[in-house]
Amino acid sequence: MSAAEFGLALSVFLACTVEAVEALTIVLAVGTVRSWRSSLYGVGAAALVLAVLIAALGPALSAIPIGVLRVIVGGLLLVFGLQWLRKAILRAAGLKALHDELGNFAEETERARAVGAVGARESFDPYAFTVSLKAVLLEGLEVVFIVLTFGANQHRVGLAAVAAAVAVVLVVAVGFAVRAPLARVPENAMKFAVGVMLTSFGMFWSAEGAGAHWPGGDAALLVIIPVLALTSLAMVASLRRAPAVAR
Amino acid sequence: MTPLEAIWDFVVGDDWRTAAGVVVAIGATAALEGAGVTAWWLIPLAVLALLVRSLLAAARK
Repeated sequence: MSAAEFGLALSVFLACTVEAVEALTIVLAVGTVRSWRSSLYGVGAAALVLAVLIAALGPALSAIPIGVLRVIVGGLLLVFGLQWLRKAILRAAGLKALHDELGNFAEETERARAVGAVGARESFDPYAFTVSLKAVLLEGLEVVFIVLTFGANQHRVGLAAVAAAVAVVLVVAVGFAVRAPLARVPENAMKFAVGVMLTSFGMFWSAEGAGAHWPGGDAALLVIIPVLALTSLAMVASLRRAPAVAR
Repeated sequence: MTPLEAIWDFVVGDDWRTAAGVVVAIGATAALEGAGVTAWWLIPLAVLALLVRSLLAAARK
């Protein structure tokens, strides 16, 4: 496995893990309060839609000439990655609330209880189905975007999909073993890492797509990633130290 | 929310200026390279500037 392929797999794995943790919190809440069966139907339906999206769009994207693909998909990845990185920096600097899985679980549980009585245990519960489907679909779409953009650019959609699947299986296994939200997962640190990776690869590919040649070729990524990570950490420290400007 | 608005919100988010800056930086890189000027450095510099601007704007809110 090359360094770029390792970066691809790691980025997708981390992104998928944090999104799966967020979706798991909601599924656990509605499953516990209302109906496990209906919740799991919702999860299954969403997973099917996401898998079909990857299976349909992956080969289509891979068929686009690499120069065009890199400038368009690299640009999209760069814009998307900057969103992740910006939010992660703001959270790390204390300027944006951290994701609170226990709080979200409590809120979602309360909402599920307030909807009304649950029917017989065997009956289909539309609320549990819809909420679970929506949670997995919305969180999963970000993963699909990353799988497709990363995978297509390196012609390794399969590797990206496997990395995503491993993350989902791991989160689901741990989540159902402990039957509680995975509040100890360092979500922001992982989002920070994903933001750095997406932005770095986005810069690399969009510049190549625009006709530029990086000094050292692919090895330039080994400089771009740590430099961006350190620069981002410096921005966190700078925002923490500047309360007058920041707050 | 229309599908187009949803896609926009999904990819671009709440800071369209950053997305616009990325598009300009990629276009400028292509133009410079087309004119025979080495321009691999332009996108990283633009990203740094866009990120700092976006963070300061968010922090001021």
